[in-house]
Amino acid sequence: MNVTLGHYLTLGAMLFALSVTGIFLNRKNIIVLLMAIELMLLAVNMNFVAFSHYLSDIQGQVFVFFILTVAAAESAIGLAILVLLFRNRQNIHIDEMNTLKG
Amino acid sequence: MDPQSALFYVFSAILLVAAFRVITVSNPVHAALFLVLSFFQASGIWMLLEAEFLSITLVLVYVGAVMVLFLFVVMMLDVDMESLRRGFWKNFPLAATLGSVVALELAAVLMGGFRLSAPVQGSSTSSADAVSNTLALGESIYIDYLYPLELAAVILLVAIIAAIALTLRERKDSKHQSPAEQVKVQARDRVRLVKMDAVKEPAALSQPTTEGSSS
Repeated sequence: MNVTLGHYLTLGAMLFALSVTGIFLNRKNIIVLLMAIELMLLAVNMNFVAFSHYLSDIQGQVFVFFILTVAAAESAIGLAILVLLFRNRQNIHIDEMNTLKG
Repeated sequence: MDPQSALFYVFSAILLVAAFRVITVSNPVHAALFLVLSFFQASGIWMLLEAEFLSITLVLVYVGAVMVLFLFVVMMLDVDMESLRRGFWKNFPLAATLGSVVALELAAVLMGGFRLSAPVQGSSTSSADAVSNTLALGESIYIDYLYPLELAAVILLVAIIAAIALTLRERKDSKHQSPAEQVKVQARDRVRLVKMDAVKEPAALSQPTTEGSSS
């Protein structure tokens, strides 16, 4: 049985579900939250690349290129904020991040 | 089963196990390393999908830059992990339920609906066999998507500036220049001109009893 487009999409879906689970599991751990977001983006990219291959259309890969760019920027700024937070408070507890009273 | 399918199943199995370990291990350094493993597996799967450029980019950019940044940050922060994992098992039932619901829904829709086992021959000739993946991607990016590419570059620039501005810290004990002060300095701030006679009065010298400065 050959691998179909559905296989790749299912793999992406399972990866996405795993990262949703990870976000709920590690609600206090902002480092693992960032990693789960990276996994989510990877799952989405997997869908894009699979569609791009099976539909013979390069534009899906162009989009993945841009997603990678934005994801790199996002994680760089996220980690910078994390470092700043740790420097100011000596911990990274999400429960104590309530200065804005949101 | 042809080798491509076998490779797909091997890569997917390792990818899913690694992703599961990312979200469950207690040590964040181990989580980052498992994330690296899952990126490698994803890159293998993209290689199967004939997206060679993106597959190598994923390894070079993601594993080489972003994950190393993650590892640096995780290792530099001295975080008390026990307190961070306190709600882990309390959240587990909700998280497992939600995750399996998402997985089942998506799989139910996707597994039946997309039975495409070979690439369709689309009207777009850019990914045809005659042209390599990198060439096709480069043509598309630099011709059709030039303006979005510039925007992406601007986003990266903003990220650089933001990351540096956020974490820049001025040390109290370091001596540094202040360019603004240097630019707006005037001559009168540096040199003080004192009006005085070239020769002192001889009358002042003729009084030996006067105390004070000698010259």
